Amino acid sequence: MNKIWLIVQREFLNRVQKKSFLIATILVPLIFPAIIGGMVWFMVRESESAKAEIVHVLDESGKFTFENSKKFEFVVEKDKLEVAKEKYNKTEDFALLYIPVFDVAKPEGFAIYTKENPSIEKVGDLENVLEDRIRDLKLEQYNIDKATLAGLKTKVNLKQVSITETGEEKSSNSGILYGLGFVLGILIYMFVLIYGIQIMQGVIDEKTSKIVEVIVSSVKPFQLMMGKIIGIASVGLLQFTIWILIITFVSSSVLGYFGVKMPQQQMQEQMMNQMDAEQKEELQAVQNTKVDELMGNLGQIPFVKIAFVFIFFFLGGYLLYGALFAAVGSAVDSIQESQQFQFPITLPLLVGYMGLFLVILRDPHGPMSFWLSIIPLTSPVAMVGRIAFGVPTWELVLSMVLLVGGFIFTTWVAGRIYRVGILMSGTKVNYKVLAKWFMIKN
Amino acid sequence: MEALLAKGVSKRYTEHVALDDVTLTIPQQSIYGLLGPNGAGKTTLIRIVNQIINADAGEISIFGEKLAEKHIGTIGYLPEERGLYKKLKVGEQLLYLAQLKGLSRSEALERSKKWITKFEIKDWWNKKVEDLSKGMAQKVQFISTVMHEPKLIILDEPFSGFDPVNAQLITENILELRDNGSTIIFSTHRMETVEDLCDHVALINKSKKIVEGTKKQIKDTYKSNSFEVLHKGTFTMNGAAEMVTQQKVEDDFYKTILKMNAGGSPNKLIGDLIAITEVHSFIEKVPTMSEIFINLVKGNSNE
Repeated sequence: MNKIWLIVQREFLNRVQKKSFLIATILVPLIFPAIIGGMVWFMVRESESAKAEIVHVLDESGKFTFENSKKFEFVVEKDKLEVAKEKYNKTEDFALLYIPVFDVAKPEGFAIYTKENPSIEKVGDLENVLEDRIRDLKLEQYNIDKATLAGLKTKVNLKQVSITETGEEKSSNSGILYGLGFVLGILIYMFVLIYGIQIMQGVIDEKTSKIVEVIVSSVKPFQLMMGKIIGIASVGLLQFTIWILIITFVSSSVLGYFGVKMPQQQMQEQMMNQMDAEQKEELQAVQNTKVDELMGNLGQIPFVKIAFVFIFFFLGGYLLYGALFAAVGSAVDSIQESQQFQFPITLPLLVGYMGLFLVILRDPHGPMSFWLSIIPLTSPVAMVGRIAFGVPTWELVLSMVLLVGGFIFTTWVAGRIYRVGILMSGTKVNYKVLAKWFMIKN
Repeated sequence: MEALLAKGVSKRYTEHVALDDVTLTIPQQSIYGLLGPNGAGKTTLIRIVNQIINADAGEISIFGEKLAEKHIGTIGYLPEERGLYKKLKVGEQLLYLAQLKGLSRSEALERSKKWITKFEIKDWWNKKVEDLSKGMAQKVQFISTVMHEPKLIILDEPFSGFDPVNAQLITENILELRDNGSTIIFSTHRMETVEDLCDHVALINKSKKIVEGTKKQIKDTYKSNSFEVLHKGTFTMNGAAEMVTQQKVEDDFYKTILKMNAGGSPNKLIGDLIAITEVHSFIEKVPTMSEIFINLVKGNSNE
């Protein structure tokens, strides 16, 4: 036990003292928000600073009047389409919009001519302008005035309440749960893969540097393997903790300091500016209750439970896969050689990951979701993705017990392969050889 | 009490037998040569002694006690396939390896300081192994093998890859360790090493022990009672010895190989020779370990 501790310490220090650890630990939580923030910033700036696009309009129906907006500046054409096209072609302008004589009930035949492929967004904006006008025409046709229409507009918000086994009612929000499940599932997947490969790399290094026989004359191969797995796990937990601290600190202080608003908030404000006062008020009221509800829902989510489940399944999944990665590392002489064995290991992890998107987040309580979150190979990703939606206690306990059983099993299997593999170099290894190693008596 | 006593040790793998009923007696404070061609089972035996693998059958006792986990610190092992952590500094490396052998951190620090001073590599303490030359790394490796003051030191092909200067340094230190009470096992097929250093020898071939004993015993067993005589003028001989060859060296000088018949003695043979020729030299032809080794291995495979 004392020797495992020595190895854990060594593995931990080896990695933590590296410059790359320091860089990754500090930069990752800064880089990702920086990239996302930078992109948002550029997008916002671009849309703000963009000049209005000049659109030539040939309106044969005569039903349209165009007002210049921030986005578009309209030039009215009076000639035939062919002439208008020629004229447009000589300019550097954005587009030529053609409106034929049309039936209000069935508007067809509109066209846009551009020199470059226009972005969906801009075409959409133009379509909106047309649609708004046609709607107004329809209103006229049916003798409805705008005020009546505004009154007709109804918005219903279903308040989501989930009833627990004990009959307790909780309001919930599947949007938040979806997001939470999504992020946690991806995190588990990434961590298990990244740190699992680090274990494998470490084992291969020991093998190729030929230190391993010296070490196993002092400690049992199993101790060496476990020491490495635990050592890297502690590096992972440390790195993870630092990331959370940095992200929390940076996001709260920096965002607070610059008063940067979230993109959704910005969009809302823009929308509000475009609406008239009455609508604004109405929307504001809806929004306020929404926000209140959201905050309430956030309060309802059992974060402590989720955090516990996350850490449990992270460690469980890591140990389960880590042992397998160690076995692969012991069997090969180089990273390149490891590919053939890595694939079958990462496959179930990938199944869990795909299952998370395709099944669990859409139908968290269906039979597929159940099995994915029970079977130990997929449960780390699946259960963590599912937990926020509320999982019956017995399922959670079953999954945890199976996961513990699972990693004890894989560690046992891996240990048997590892003890032989680390002393074998230059052998061509296939699955038959692995099976043989597994069977060898100690 | 023997340093190491192996009784009927066997190890089978699915397709072959690595060790078949091997019994060895390694006396204390000896330098014991474990010889044998590649694949004979030497490394398997050494790994069993180091408890890296377990024997299927047989018993091993070390200094009178049954081999157990607590003996890990009693043994120092330099494997044939050896290396160091490339990214680790020399000092950290020595401390780590010594601690794994059961030394406390402070003991490890004290001893490693002593050894690096002795090997004049004090400046390397903070150097990474990947920045060292091969010879330097070998010194570090040797230190890590003996730093915990093992009573039994097992060196598998210790001189392979060592330059002559380092080999000399290691040899001196091995002898010193022996004089201070350690027992040393060499696994090698470099016969010069055996000839120069070993006092006891065992030969393993095809997973079986073929011969074991002191170097003198073995040579006595396998000597052919042949003598090389340098003399003036020719002669023929009957009775006491059989003439194997007689060659002219130069002018009237000849070299004759004689094989003494059973019951004869060298002194009597010299007496007989002096009577019939002018003897310039008379040397017993003692087989080298290399000759014995090759004969035994070849003879063994001809069976």
